[in-house]
Amino acid sequence: MMKNFISKLFDQKLRSRTISYLLVIIAFIILQIMSSTGGLSSLLKSLLVPVCCYTVAAIGLNLNVGFSGELNLGQAGFMSVGAFTGICVSGVLASSITNPLLRLIIAIVAGALIAAAMGYIIGIPVLKLQGDYLAIVTLAFGQIIKSLITNMYLGFDENGLHMSFVENKVSLGAGGKMLLQGPMGATGTQRIATFTIGVILILCALTIVYNLIYSKSGRAIMGCRDNRIAAESIGINVANTKMLAFIISASLAGAAGALYGLNYSTLVPNKFDFNTSILILVFVVLGGLGNMTGTIISTTILMLLPELLRSLQDYRMLIYAVVLIVIMLVTNNAFLQTKAAKLRESLIKGKKGAKQS
Amino acid sequence: MSENNIDRSLILEVEDLGIDFGGLTAVNNLSLKVYNNEIVGLIGPNGAGKTTVFNMLTKVYQPSRGTIRLCGQDTARMTTEDVNKAGIARTFQNIRLFQNLSVIDNVKAGMHNEITYSPADSIFRTRKYYAQEKQIEEKAHELLKIMGLDSLAELPAGSLPYGGQRRLEIARAMATDPKLLLLDEPAAGMNPQETEELMDMIRFVRDHFHIAILLIEHDMKLVMGICERITVINFGMMLASGTPEEIQSNPAVIKAYLGE
Amino acid sequence: MAFLSYLINGLGLGSVYAIIALGYTMVYGIAKMLNFAHGDVIMVGAYVTYFALSLMKLPVLVSVLLAVAVSTLLGVTIERLAYKPLRQATSLSVLITAIGVSYFLQNGAQLLWGTSTKVFPSVISNGALTLGGLSISYLTLITVVVCLAVMGCLTLFINKTKTGKAMRACSEDKGAAALMGINVNQIISITFAIGSGLAAIAAFLLCATYPSVYPTLGSMPGIKAFTAAVFGGIGSIPGAFLGGLMLGIIEILAKAYISTQLSDAIVFAVLIIVLLIKPTGLLGRKLSEKV
Repeated sequence: MMKNFISKLFDQKLRSRTISYLLVIIAFIILQIMSSTGGLSSLLKSLLVPVCCYTVAAIGLNLNVGFSGELNLGQAGFMSVGAFTGICVSGVLASSITNPLLRLIIAIVAGALIAAAMGYIIGIPVLKLQGDYLAIVTLAFGQIIKSLITNMYLGFDENGLHMSFVENKVSLGAGGKMLLQGPMGATGTQRIATFTIGVILILCALTIVYNLIYSKSGRAIMGCRDNRIAAESIGINVANTKMLAFIISASLAGAAGALYGLNYSTLVPNKFDFNTSILILVFVVLGGLGNMTGTIISTTILMLLPELLRSLQDYRMLIYAVVLIVIMLVTNNAFLQTKAAKLRESLIKGKKGAKQS
Repeated sequence: MSENNIDRSLILEVEDLGIDFGGLTAVNNLSLKVYNNEIVGLIGPNGAGKTTVFNMLTKVYQPSRGTIRLCGQDTARMTTEDVNKAGIARTFQNIRLFQNLSVIDNVKAGMHNEITYSPADSIFRTRKYYAQEKQIEEKAHELLKIMGLDSLAELPAGSLPYGGQRRLEIARAMATDPKLLLLDEPAAGMNPQETEELMDMIRFVRDHFHIAILLIEHDMKLVMGICERITVINFGMMLASGTPEEIQSNPAVIKAYLGE
Repeated sequence: MAFLSYLINGLGLGSVYAIIALGYTMVYGIAKMLNFAHGDVIMVGAYVTYFALSLMKLPVLVSVLLAVAVSTLLGVTIERLAYKPLRQATSLSVLITAIGVSYFLQNGAQLLWGTSTKVFPSVISNGALTLGGLSISYLTLITVVVCLAVMGCLTLFINKTKTGKAMRACSEDKGAAALMGINVNQIISITFAIGSGLAAIAAFLLCATYPSVYPTLGSMPGIKAFTAAVFGGIGSIPGAFLGGLMLGIIEILAKAYISTQLSDAIVFAVLIIVLLIKPTGLLGRKLSEKV
């Protein structure tokens, strides 16, 4: 019975899923042990939560880019929406909900929901377009979101929320608190994010994406990607299908953003600019389109790489750039590709031979 | 089932169908009727507008003139997706499979509208999800068996040989549970033996599911072998219509195919 | 009157965007790739012009020509080393490589020339031409004239020369062009050369208007010009010209009449609206798939 269960975990369809979960859980356990025995430098410790956040955002983006096949250059915009929603929700609830864990979870859910709503609003025009035009509009929306949050002033007192735009005209009653201050963003945020919640969020994101992919929606999403006209011809509504992938992707970025925002005492809106969107896209492409385990690994390595290269000081970002280019050149090299395919084939044959004998 | 019990109702009724691309009239004044449980051939020289007719029937192109009625229902305001839901499924001349999905997932994708569970059901893996997935799994295997693809179910669709891909397209179209199946050159690229097998499969599909089939084909052996009626078009206009024997002896058809 | 002078300023800024956008659109039309490193070629061009003017004390025209030469060489080298091996790769791989090149150039510039902002010398007189109460600065005038000249030369080149004809053929169908005996790789190199050369001219005009030179200088104009190219219909040369001019005008008018801080948001919002009405840009060709 037990053996049956284990062999089922590793069968074709479940294998990639099992590997992803195991990877995350094992990494979590190792890091927890290292952290409690003092084996982690404070710098690495400070990166634990951000790595979780970017992993979740990248998993979401992989659904959008890898499975749905639409290039999205505005994922940071959704992270931004999630982050500042999370900060505001946590700030407003600070006095009424004193349990930080509960408050964090509420903030994450709120971040995910608002980002999903934003994804829906943006998705209506975006998904009417195709190819690079769609990509540029997601870029434009990312810029618009950044620009709007940079100019938003939000505060609250006993009379509720007060908002103003472009200029700070918010005047608060006694005991009031500013949540967002235009280009300065959020300051004095209570840091309630934890690594454990980050890992749980990754596991949730994996479950959501995997469960969706191996279902009616997943087949439709990949069908629309592979052949739009054929998908229509078998009665699939392409717009709704793409919208679903877009919204889930946005909400995961929102959840990730909320966790990210509550990990720092100050956060400026400029943090989530075009470069951040590109960064998340790089994680996804290097990890492999449609490959969740790859996304997790590449996000972790690429987030840590600049820190690991810290001893090289000024050269580290240059090396980072070279690594990016070289990886792309190597993985797309026809000669190396055929070599790799042959190697894989001989490995499979070797395994089969061993089984038969 | 005896001959008399078979439903012979009118499935597809096309009247004065026409389409213009810019100033060019690709199809004009085409009328066509397809009854249930029959196999009808649509033939004509290259460029005659056969695939354009299919594209209008499935609303990939909007017709400029004329009406298309499916079981008495006008399809004028329908999209490709609606037309499929109303009962027309098709295959494509240049194969359009979901290359990266497995063979069986291609068929399951065809059952999209039969499945009623929501995305939330799939995320939370509810009972409804498992029940319906199990049901369509069985149905998909059944279809694959009919098309001789069951042993290849888990392979990526793009890795199938040409003939297999054409048969998989038929299986996927049948998965949508159509009343009318449109086959666009189903035997293209097949060798004589494969074509022979395909003819049996098409007949079996018709007899088993009791649907109407309209097919475009250049292989005259297939057309004359399985079609009960044939419509010939040339330069977008109807040239002749009748039984295979009538078409074979029609002087206008012979002239169109062989030239003066 | 104020409106008219805003309009003229917008034309000036738009001309710079148009020149950069031409580089994006030509590369896209022929190599079918979004060259995200284009903005950083502008940055390199700006640094070269700066050094030539303020350290080597070269005359303006010579400095600009030097910058054009260096940028052209840089563009062709990038294409050879980073993009050419990826001709058969997916567009996403090429995009990521372009991003890598962009990071490389930015960080390389930072290492070589430091992060501090350098002040671009003022080389065009501050004077203005006065036309019945309306004053147009010489800088704006020169910018617009240069842009028109570039556009005119490029149109002649594309339509009248053999190489231009080959470029148009490549943008239609690279396979068929190769069968007709066109050296596709060479054409792509020439395209990168022209685009990068134009980037250096744009760099000079940009720095003459906003006189500061720093490693990330090219990013924002790059994104704006890319937007302009899409606005006009990416792949279309008149489209890039029109898109650039319109983007500049919209930006200046939004700054003047609505809000300085929100001008970027407004520019991008207009782009979205235009794409919703014309999904392939103002002058873009309609995409259609044969069934």
